[in-house]
Amino acid sequence: MTTLDLIVDPFTQYAFMRRALASCVILAIGGTPLGVFMTLRRMTLMGDAMSHAILPGVALAFVSSGLALLPMTLGGLAAGVFVALFAVFLTRFTSMKEDASFTLLYLLSLAGGVIIISLKGSNVDLLHMLFGNILAIDTDSLTLMAVVACATLFTLAGFYRGLVIECFDPDFARAAQRGRSWASVIFFVLLVINLIAAFQALGTLMALGLMILPAIATRFWTRNIDTIIPLSILCALVASVIGLLTSYYTKIPAGPAVVMTAGTISLLSAMLGRHGSVYAYIRNWD
Amino acid sequence: MRDIVTFENVTVRFGHHVALQDISGGFHEGSLTAIAGPNGAGKSTLLKTIVGIVRPRAGRVVIERQTPISYLPQASSLQRDFPLSVMQAVCTGLWGGIGNGGSISKAMREKARQALAEVGIGGLEERQISGLSGGQFQRLLFARVILQNAPLILLDEPFTAVDAETTARLIQIVLGWHRQGRTVICVLHDLLLIQKYFPDSFVLAGKCLGHGHTHKMLEQKLLSFDLDMAELCPGTEDETHHRHEHDHA
Repeated sequence: MTTLDLIVDPFTQYAFMRRALASCVILAIGGTPLGVFMTLRRMTLMGDAMSHAILPGVALAFVSSGLALLPMTLGGLAAGVFVALFAVFLTRFTSMKEDASFTLLYLLSLAGGVIIISLKGSNVDLLHMLFGNILAIDTDSLTLMAVVACATLFTLAGFYRGLVIECFDPDFARAAQRGRSWASVIFFVLLVINLIAAFQALGTLMALGLMILPAIATRFWTRNIDTIIPLSILCALVASVIGLLTSYYTKIPAGPAVVMTAGTISLLSAMLGRHGSVYAYIRNWD
Repeated sequence: MRDIVTFENVTVRFGHHVALQDISGGFHEGSLTAIAGPNGAGKSTLLKTIVGIVRPRAGRVVIERQTPISYLPQASSLQRDFPLSVMQAVCTGLWGGIGNGGSISKAMREKARQALAEVGIGGLEERQISGLSGGQFQRLLFARVILQNAPLILLDEPFTAVDAETTARLIQIVLGWHRQGRTVICVLHDLLLIQKYFPDSFVLAGKCLGHGHTHKMLEQKLLSFDLDMAELCPGTEDETHHRHEHDHA
């Protein structure tokens, strides 16, 4: 048995491994470019908050109609939009800052979501919601992920220049549009639909994993905006394959294995990367 | 002389805080005006109201014939470590013209190169902006304004935290724009620069304390070195307010 066999066999022999790999590939291609923009806009924590915010909507849909894809998607979307608007309202009309508003609401959402699920579901259902089940992705879920990935890529490509300028120099971008700015709305909508897509595979607690971690890792290796995105996708793909194989051979859960791998790559990059890493810091020490 | 920007009883609030109170008055076409005032006087807000980033709670700002505006934000509002090259960063100035889909022609690239040479950072096109010094970064922002080629130019603290040599070069560029007949409105702190180079001043402290020839503002003690000192020392906010009450008395 060669090394290649060890890598290829699990995917050729088992449909659930192929589906897991397919969902990782789709999430990598669609979600990771968005993750790059989120790191550039310094909104990764906000993204994390949003990933928990969708839980009550998904949970209500689950309690009323079981693990059906459409109600869960619409429920998540509604909950995400509601929490974001409510956070904006709290930030504007109270003395709370944006981070506090989002934290308050995401904790409420997470607690509320878990309570709703436990009213009707089992512990298995709860685990599914919190951590996803990447080895049990059905065709409908894969289709949803693919549609979201396509929509994300087309939107990012169509508005790419404006979105980059908005991240780099927000006041300049808004001035150039005489105060109108669609970038925040575009980012927000893309974020929520991508979280719902990733939720199926990685759950509400790790949905951001494949989106953000490769983007963080790549910043340590290149300083060119045009290479960061393809390199991040590549990193997400590598992390997915390594994670899934590790899970297959060691029997650890697959979703956490993939996120763990992506996180390890990010951490190693932060230590050893070419730009801005610990290694670069020591090397430039005079 | 026609006014290119006119404020009509403009009031701006952020929550309970009143940033600008009942501002009226116009900026002449072709004028070179310094916006002066203590910290928190609403100087940056005034510029943001002109470009539309901030919307007035009351009143309105009228821009003559939808004049194109070039706006240079405070350097601190930009991400200095953003993964862009100098060339890419300066070309963001073309966005208003070519939008998201248009391509950057060879002629545009050449103009961008000329603009970078004009501000004295020619040859750094391929350098990443994270590798620029504070002065070089400010020069880059000026090159972008040159590339935008707008008749109305708004500059927000362009000489803050910039070395003397850069300031001298950038002042010459501002004076060049003035000679070309462009309207320039510039927020700045340095009273010596205002006195020496800016024919008009707009003195602001929440409301407009005075607007007109700089030498008249100096004569009326609306602009004073005392005021400048208050800005240089942080934590004197209360004293500043106090003095303004005194001014009105």
